[in-house]
Amino acid sequence: MKKKNTGGMLMTVLMYIFLYAPIIIMIVFSFNDSKSRTIWAGFTLRWYQELFRDDLIMSSLQTTIAVSVLASLISAVVGTYAAIGLFNMKKNWRKPLLTVNNIPVVNADIITGVSLALLFVSAGRLMGFELGFGTLLLAHISFDIPYVILSVMPKLYQLDQNLFEAAQDLGCTWFQTINKVIIPGIMPGIVNGLLIAFTMSLDDFVISYFTAGSSVQTLSMTIYAMTRRRISPKINAISTLIFAVVLLLLLVVNAREARQHKLELKKENTLKGAA
Amino acid sequence: MKRKIALLLCAAMFAGLFAGCGSKSASSETADKGVVNVYNWGEYIDTSLVDQFEKETGIKVNYKTFESNEQMYSVLKQGGVSYDVIIPSDYMISRLIQEDMLEPLDYTKIPNYSLIQDDLKGMDFDPQNQYSVPYMWGTVGIIYDPTKVGEVDSWGAMFDEKNSGKILMFDNSRDAMGIALKYLGYSLNTTDQTQLAEAAALLEKQKPLLQGYVMDEIFDKMESGEAAIGAYYAGDYLTMHESNPNLKFCIPKEGSNVFVDSMCVLKGAQNKDNAEAFINFMTGTEQSKKNAEFIGYTSPNKEVKDRMDLDELAMSVRYPDAAKLAKCESFINLPQETLDYYDSMWVKLKS
Repeated sequence: MKKKNTGGMLMTVLMYIFLYAPIIIMIVFSFNDSKSRTIWAGFTLRWYQELFRDDLIMSSLQTTIAVSVLASLISAVVGTYAAIGLFNMKKNWRKPLLTVNNIPVVNADIITGVSLALLFVSAGRLMGFELGFGTLLLAHISFDIPYVILSVMPKLYQLDQNLFEAAQDLGCTWFQTINKVIIPGIMPGIVNGLLIAFTMSLDDFVISYFTAGSSVQTLSMTIYAMTRRRISPKINAISTLIFAVVLLLLLVVNAREARQHKLELKKENTLKGAA
Repeated sequence: MKRKIALLLCAAMFAGLFAGCGSKSASSETADKGVVNVYNWGEYIDTSLVDQFEKETGIKVNYKTFESNEQMYSVLKQGGVSYDVIIPSDYMISRLIQEDMLEPLDYTKIPNYSLIQDDLKGMDFDPQNQYSVPYMWGTVGIIYDPTKVGEVDSWGAMFDEKNSGKILMFDNSRDAMGIALKYLGYSLNTTDQTQLAEAAALLEKQKPLLQGYVMDEIFDKMESGEAAIGAYYAGDYLTMHESNPNLKFCIPKEGSNVFVDSMCVLKGAQNKDNAEAFINFMTGTEQSKKNAEFIGYTSPNKEVKDRMDLDELAMSVRYPDAAKLAKCESFINLPQETLDYYDSMWVKLKS
């Protein structure tokens, strides 16, 4: 029994090394006093300083953050209402529509990217606009929404179905019911969806690449363009910062979920106690 | 409580957004003179020059980057974009000229053009000097570690079985084929089917000897000593030499490729005056010097050579002697049929 446990421990440790070694190396090399990615030449904060003076990297970071924040917020709102709408549909409508919702999630990014680019370019010719921040944002919203729906839907199923009728019996209008009863009830799902959408947007390269046009560029596009010369160590520095932020976000989400779980257990226990 | 946290998160995200906007509007305060959209290679400019240009002229620069000529071309062809200044390489420029995608330049608005080396004017890709102003140039050569592969003066070392497992080759068809063609004594720009087939067969034979087809990974592999011989751009050799002083560079005796990346203005550019102002600015002596120091390639500005503080090695790499240069060729655009052959050959080779 004990032997088996150490084996399991070893596997777990190996798995974590496998997952995190590249990130740790990247963090270490963001402090390397040389452009080399293999030779250690002493500790420096130079890349962090240069990073903040590099306009191209900073403006791509701004674009990335702006598009991720806006796209995740908008898709959280749209996705939530869409999920509520889908939830209240008849089953033989809902099922196929949910399947359609899943397609963009499993679809290859490159197909989404190319098709969106085709759409935007031809629509742009008709209506006289060019690819730019607007099309980039639309593209991000369109691939974020399915994730929000996917994370809101289960919360709707968990919601006590009588709440809706109870609220209306007590005088809520249809709109008040949604905003004051349903939305607070499914809030954890919305927040999770928002965070997933945010990280998907932050990550995205392929779809942005096809839809960003000539005036804006996301961080991932900037990094990709460096591959004929050499990827600058400034990228290690900014990736380290982004990693720290994402880690923080994840910790917050996990803490939330743990507390929620505890609250639910407590509720169950008090209910049992009452019975 | 949950709601509060959610609100807090949203607020934090918004704060981030506005922080971004804040610094953006600060830098665009001077933006009354309009904008110029620039499309250049990644890591191919000293970004402080962009700042300086914005401050001096009040023109806002929208700066974007690409990683290969082909990628840039496909973005331009896809449409929906409006770049003013683009900085492609020689053969891509001749292709753009052939396809009528470039705007003739008004050289009276680019007085610094007179500072460009005479031998870089009227090159094959723009024989009439109508469309382009050189930005950087350089050669392709062999970077090698003499302690591991001995002295090298021929492309033959890249195909030599005794160097098996230590060789790095360009990961793009044009450069890889160029090396094979030069080694066989043919032109880089040949369209002769038997010569091309011979070069392709040579690459096929070379493949098992390679450590890999690489682009920028060559920096790390050569610096760490994982590989001992590879072909890349002269200016990048100087960077590798800083980390690994064993490394040497040579332009093989069979001749090699000399590349010129030039600034052009796209047909129908909305900010042509600003584009020409940008080109003129980048061609100035001080700016060219600063840029060449950052990039490591050779500036086409003839005043830069004497002003740069170069040691003997850097001088010989950046400014190779005329006899060696005379054997070098630059790429020109190939007919579609030949390009198709390159593509199919390359896919077959890599699979």
